[in-house]
Amino acid sequence: MVEASRDASATALTSTDAQVPEGPARAGKLRTESLDAYFGSKKVLDGISLDFPAHTVTAIIGPSGCGKSTLVRCLNRMHEVTPRATVTGRVTLDGADLYAMEAVTVRRRIGMVFQKPNPFPTMSVYDNVAAGLKLNGERNRHRLDAAVIKSLKGAALWEEVKENIHGPGVRLSGGQQQRLCIARALAVEPEVLLMDEPCSALDPIATAKIEQLIRGLREQYTVVIVTHNMQQAARVAEFTAFLYLGKLIEFGPTDVMFERPKEKLTEDYITGRFG
Amino acid sequence: MPDATPPPDGRRGPNRALGNPFSSFVNFPGLFVRGLRRLPKDIWRSRFRTLDGLFHIGTAAGGGVLVALFLTEIFFLTQKSWPTITGYGFGFILGTVWNPNPPAPVFGAWPYIVGTLLTSAIAMLLAVPLSLGIAVFLSEEAPSWLRVPLSSLVELLVAVPSVVYGLWGIFVLEPIMRTTIEPDLHMSLGRIPGLGGVFPTPSAGGDVLTASVVLAIMVVPTIAAISRESMRAVPDSQREAVLSLGATRWETTRLGVIPYARSGIIGACILGLGRALGETMAVTMTIGNSNHVPSSLFMPGQTLASAIANEFNNSFSPLERSALIEAGLVLLGITLLVNLVARMLVRGLVGSGSGAAGE
Repeated sequence: MVEASRDASATALTSTDAQVPEGPARAGKLRTESLDAYFGSKKVLDGISLDFPAHTVTAIIGPSGCGKSTLVRCLNRMHEVTPRATVTGRVTLDGADLYAMEAVTVRRRIGMVFQKPNPFPTMSVYDNVAAGLKLNGERNRHRLDAAVIKSLKGAALWEEVKENIHGPGVRLSGGQQQRLCIARALAVEPEVLLMDEPCSALDPIATAKIEQLIRGLREQYTVVIVTHNMQQAARVAEFTAFLYLGKLIEFGPTDVMFERPKEKLTEDYITGRFG
Repeated sequence: MPDATPPPDGRRGPNRALGNPFSSFVNFPGLFVRGLRRLPKDIWRSRFRTLDGLFHIGTAAGGGVLVALFLTEIFFLTQKSWPTITGYGFGFILGTVWNPNPPAPVFGAWPYIVGTLLTSAIAMLLAVPLSLGIAVFLSEEAPSWLRVPLSSLVELLVAVPSVVYGLWGIFVLEPIMRTTIEPDLHMSLGRIPGLGGVFPTPSAGGDVLTASVVLAIMVVPTIAAISRESMRAVPDSQREAVLSLGATRWETTRLGVIPYARSGIIGACILGLGRALGETMAVTMTIGNSNHVPSSLFMPGQTLASAIANEFNNSFSPLERSALIEAGLVLLGITLLVNLVARMLVRGLVGSGSGAAGE
């Protein structure tokens, strides 16, 4: 297990470019079918149908307020946590309707990393990572230890914290805190990892580290990342979806989208004419 | 000015302002000195530094008044109770007989000390779980249409005068305790070997348990209101962090909300405890007022505060007055001591197991 994660982090450190995988089109791990989302009576997502292929990184881009955060929050049923927020349409994981499952189960299979690093302030680095496993009832010390180390390595944080793993998580730098949050999400071994602008509160160096990490994560996970930074989308994602005013404007391989966008709106946004 | 900047204080964790309402005066001399240092040598050269220095001195002076008041209080109490302090020594604290009548007046405050500690302990035992339940409900579970009026109600209850609670205790609670709750306790817990003496057959009138329940009801709004406030101050990002790991609502509260609001909750409990220890009117009205160490929870008793309230107007000898003032001094001492111990306990509890707070 530990070996595998070392390989993954090694990949994270060496791969520099997101590549569109060769071969036949892979089946969608996660799909949305005419997904609408509302806050009260205000419609914020309008008929989104998207297909997130397994073991790829898909970026969701678009100007502020276009609904990209809402979209990822619908994917692990976090949207409905907000009062008066509702969803219609379907989201499926391996063909099974998420909204027919228990929300708790959904969130164990689909992890999430948030815009601002939000480690648990009263917990050590170790306990932060172990929190999800303990929620799942894991009490075995050895298994916990192994999972924490594996997750920290998977989040490329192990080398920096191994000396002080029982120190408080909030003493880490912002970038380290965000990787701690990634480790915390990885520890429960989700199938999909959602990231909502994970670098927007970080400096360029920390951002570069997280991006490297994301490129490695697709070996094991299906990653969906929201970003307002188009360069970031180009650097990390094989596929990109462009959202505007709650509608999906265009979806396709990232390089195609950035070089030969089909829609005028996409081109305008990518070339910086608005947004 | 390296000496003038306080250390970055992230380590106390969140809600510091709510958490530690008493810590400020400890630093008072430092504040004052800091203010003086900020005053530049050439006072007119930098207007802003001058203003800053004056601001520091002004605020420090505010704190100084508080310290002065506290010291004056101790001085006054000690001075007025000097006759019994010198006359009875430790016998005042450990003695179990309180008899002000001539020819040989004796003053032993032990029954009152026991009454104070016992009623407060039972009150906290009852009040803390209930208050936290209310706080969690108001902060996490209640729908918003219920949350606002209910929260206001809780805050309103904090302000209800204790004499009103006392009246309610006499006319509503006491009959219920006597006819229903205490017989039930006697029949259930009283049957457990060893506890028969604690829960005997109840008799009429006020008793320790009734006073404790009134106290508990009085401190619930305080603890609930402040705890709710500190739980509301927990950012949603914390809740979402736990939820996104696949937690239920209870787990979210337990892992995300309560630890984050911890220092505020502890502060709330300590405030509640302070209120319970010093509460006078409601206890006087319901505890039954007996000068003996209560042998069971259904026996009348007396607390330091209720003893002072009961006896002071009836005391004619200067010696008895002195004794009652010493009782006040002891109460002050107990309050400070219990606060200190509670703080140390909490620090030990919080310090281990988690690194963010403590040290």
